[in-house]
Amino acid sequence: MNKPVALEMKKVSKYFGSLAANRDVDLTVYRGEILAILGENGCGKTTLMNMIAGIYYPDHGTISVDGQEVIIKSPKDAFDHGIGMIHQHFKLVDLFTAAENIVLGVQGEDRYNIKEVNRRVKEISEKYGFHIDPKKKIYEMSVSEKQTVEIIKVLYRGADILILDEPSAVLTPQETDRLFEVLRRMREDGKSILIITHKLHEVLSISDRVAVLRKGEHIATVETATTSAAELTEMMVGKKVELNIDRPEPKNVCDRLEIKGLNMTDADGIKVLDDITFTARAGEILGIAGIAGSGQRELLEAIAGLKELDSGTVTFNRPKKNLPVSFYHKTFDEVTALAAEGKFHYEDGTPVDFTGMSHSQIKELVNSEKVLFNEDDIINLRDKTPIQIRELGVRLSFVPEDRLGMGLVGNMDIVDNMMLRSYRKGPSLFVDRKKPKDLAQKIVHDLEVATPNTHTPVRRLSGGNVQKVLVGREIAASPTVLMAAYPVRGLDINSSYTIYRLLTEQKEKGVSVIFVGEDLDVLVELCDRIMVICAGRITGILDGKNATKEEIGLLMTKTYTNNDTSEQAKEGEADEN
Amino acid sequence: MNTLFSYLFSAIPLGITLLYGCVGEILTEKVGHLNLGIPGIMCVGGAGGALAIKLLRDSGLPPFLIVVIAILVSFLCGALMGAIYSLLTVTLKANQNVTGLAMTTFGVGVMKFIMAKISTITAAPGYLYALDYFRFPFAHTTNALKYFGVMLYLGILIAIAATFVLNKTRVGLHLRAIGENPAAADAVGINVTAYKYLATCIGSGIAAMGGLFYIMDYGGSPESYKTIESLGWLAVALVIFAIWKPLVSILGSVLFGLLYLAGSYVPGLFGINISLAQSELLKLLPYVVTILVLIITSVSKKRENQPPAALGLPYFREER
Repeated sequence: MNKPVALEMKKVSKYFGSLAANRDVDLTVYRGEILAILGENGCGKTTLMNMIAGIYYPDHGTISVDGQEVIIKSPKDAFDHGIGMIHQHFKLVDLFTAAENIVLGVQGEDRYNIKEVNRRVKEISEKYGFHIDPKKKIYEMSVSEKQTVEIIKVLYRGADILILDEPSAVLTPQETDRLFEVLRRMREDGKSILIITHKLHEVLSISDRVAVLRKGEHIATVETATTSAAELTEMMVGKKVELNIDRPEPKNVCDRLEIKGLNMTDADGIKVLDDITFTARAGEILGIAGIAGSGQRELLEAIAGLKELDSGTVTFNRPKKNLPVSFYHKTFDEVTALAAEGKFHYEDGTPVDFTGMSHSQIKELVNSEKVLFNEDDIINLRDKTPIQIRELGVRLSFVPEDRLGMGLVGNMDIVDNMMLRSYRKGPSLFVDRKKPKDLAQKIVHDLEVATPNTHTPVRRLSGGNVQKVLVGREIAASPTVLMAAYPVRGLDINSSYTIYRLLTEQKEKGVSVIFVGEDLDVLVELCDRIMVICAGRITGILDGKNATKEEIGLLMTKTYTNNDTSEQAKEGEADEN
Repeated sequence: MNTLFSYLFSAIPLGITLLYGCVGEILTEKVGHLNLGIPGIMCVGGAGGALAIKLLRDSGLPPFLIVVIAILVSFLCGALMGAIYSLLTVTLKANQNVTGLAMTTFGVGVMKFIMAKISTITAAPGYLYALDYFRFPFAHTTNALKYFGVMLYLGILIAIAATFVLNKTRVGLHLRAIGENPAAADAVGINVTAYKYLATCIGSGIAAMGGLFYIMDYGGSPESYKTIESLGWLAVALVIFAIWKPLVSILGSVLFGLLYLAGSYVPGLFGINISLAQSELLKLLPYVVTILVLIITSVSKKRENQPPAALGLPYFREER
C-alpha cells in the first residue's frame, strides 16, 4: 500500500485512576482508506478515538497528523487538524435546523448568513450522496437523518479524517447500506475513515484494514482481505483465562420464570427486544451475554415491571404443589375460598372438603400442615408494577446496572436505603427503623463493607462497597428470582469474587439467578446456562460447562440476514468504559 | 377620554420598566441560567444610577452627560451583580434558584442602604433634581410630562436589538445553542463559560437600567424606589408570557402595564366605584395571564415555545 500516512499514534496510553483504558497503542491510518477498530466492550476503542478527537488527552505517547507531531487538547484543535468525530450519542441542538447545527461554532470571516450555509450543505450532500433538507428541524428527524447531520457537520469544517463511533448501531440494515455507500464515496475522495464497530460482517464488508484492540492494548492490524471472521473473533476475545470460580452442580432445578415472545420498542421507534423467549430455572444461574445495549437492560426492566412491553408474556411459577397450605395463606377466608374450589388435597391424595367442620377445626387442620396444594401457582407478571408484583407475593430482586440512579439513593445513608424496601411494612404510622438498622449492620458486617458507619451517605462509598450494599439488600429480601445487571462493573477483583460467591450462594438456596455480564471468562465459569443476545434477539442458549468464548463471541455479533427480521438495535446508555 | 389617556401614559412607562427586566432575563435564560436575582439587580441598578446623579449634582456637567453617565453606572452595577451571579452559578455550579434569591435579598438591601444615605428626612432626595433631564430634550422644560422619557425609547431599542442579535447573528446562534444543549455547543468548540458570563452580565446590566428608569422616569417620587422589587418579579413572569422572545415582550410589557394598573383606571373609565383592596387584587391580573400562557404553551407542546431545554441545569464537561 503506497498511500500517504494521514495519522499516526505512537505508544499512546490513557489511564482512568489506576485503570488503563489504553496501553502503548500504535496505530497508523492512511489517506483514502477505511480502517475498522474492532474490540469487545470496554476494550478502549472509544477512549482511543476520543484522544484523537480531543475529548481526552493522552497520558503518554504522541499523535502525528501528516507526519507532523500535534497536540490535540480540545475538539477544536482536532478540527483544526482536519479530524472530526461522529459520536454515538448525537450532540445536536434539537430546536435548530440541520444547517444551524452544522454551522454552529464555525468562526467564519464573512457575516453569518444562513442562506449561504443552506447552499453549502446542499452542495456537500450532493457530492457524497446524502439525503437531507437543510431547513428541517432536528426534532423532526429520524435517527439516520440526525447521523447524516453529524457527518455533514464534520465535513463542513473540512475534516479529512473522520471517526465514526458505532455508526450502524442505531440504523436499519437498509440505512446502514446507504451509509456505507457514502463512506466508500468519501474514501474515493481521499478521506481517511476510522470506524468503531463490533459487528464482524460490517468489518469484513466495508473496511480495508482492521485494528483489533483487547483490554486496552493493540493486538494487531490486519488487511481485511486476508482475514476471516473466525480469526478476528479469536484476536478479539483472546485466550481463555482460568478464574477458578466455584460452580456447584445445580440441585432441584425447576422452571421458575417463563418468558415468551417479548417485544419492545423504545421511544424512537427502534425495536429493542425482538421475540425473546426463555425460561429461568430455580437453583441455576442463567448468564446473559451480549454487546452492551443489545437489550439486556430493557429485558430485565421489563421483567421487573419497569418498562412497558408491546407483546409477550412473563409468568412466574410459584412452587406450591404438595406444599402445606399454611405456608402461604394466613387468613381463614382465603383458605376456605380456595378449598371450596377444590385446590387442596391431603397427604394421601384425597381431596380436601371443609364442609361441616367448625372454624377452629379447620384452623387446626391447616396449621398441622396436612392440607397440601394440588398445583403450582402460575402468576402473570406482565404489565404489573414492582409494587403489584410484590403484593402478589413474588419476591423478585433486581440489582440494576445504574447503582446510584436506580438501585440506591446516593444522598441517603445505608439504613435509609435499606428502608426503601421495607417502609411500607408494619401497621404503624411511623416507619420501623429498628429492622433496617439491624439489616444495615448485618450487611456491613457480613459483606465487609468498608464504611465509617451505617449513617454514611452511600454516594461516599466506593463502587464496590455501594454494590455490596445493594446486593446485600436485595438478597436480604430472600428473593425467589434475583436479577443482576453488570454487578461487578467497576469493582476490583476481591469485591467481584464476593459478588460471585453471593450469587452462587443464592443459586444453592434454590433462587433463580439471572446474571448479565460482560466478561466472557466470568460468564463461562460462573453460569450454568448462557443466553446470548444480539440486537434484541436471542442468538443462542449455551450450556455453561461446554461453552467457549469464541462460540459466545460469534453469537454476540451474529446478524440475521433474512428479510423479515430487522436488526435494529439501539445502543442504550451502555458506555464503553 | 382624559382618563383613557392618563391610563395609557401610566401603563406604557410602567410596562417599559418590566421590559428592561424581561429582556435582561431572556438573555440570561437563553444561555440556560434562570436568574431570580433580577428584582435585586433592578434595585441595585436604580440605586447606583441615583447615587451617580446625586454625586454629579454640582459638577456643572450638561444634563445630557449626566443622563448618559447615570445609565452607564446603572448598567455597570447590574453587570457586576451578574458577574457575581455567574461566578456562583457558572464557575462554582451553585444552585441557580438559591443564588438568584440570595442576589435579590442582597440587592434590595444594598438599594435601601444607598437610598437611605442619599435621602434626608427633611429635604427631598438628592437625585430628584434630574427628573426632567430624563425627558427630551434633556433639560428642564415646563411641559415635560407631555413626553415619554428617553429611557422608554432606549428600552424598546434594546429589545429590538436583542431580537436581532439572538436570531440573526452567529453570537445569537451560539447563545441559543448553549441554552438548549451546552454539550453540543461545547463539542463544536464554543466557549460555553465565556458566553454564559457574557450573556448573564449584559442581561443583568440591561435589567438594572429598568430600576433607574423606574425611579427617574416613571415613579419620580422620593418613595418610588420601594416598589422596584415587586416589579422585578413581574418582569420574571413577563419572560414566560413573552415565550422567551424579546419582540413579544415589548407588547407583553405594555399589556402587563395595562393589567397592573387596571384597578386604578378601568373603574373610572366605566364610572364604577371599587375599594382600594379590590384594586390591589386586580394587580394580580398579570400573573393570571402568565399562568394562562403557561397552560396554553404547555398544551400546544410546540417545541419553539418551550423554555430553553437546559434552563436551570449546571453544565459539567466531563461526565464519566
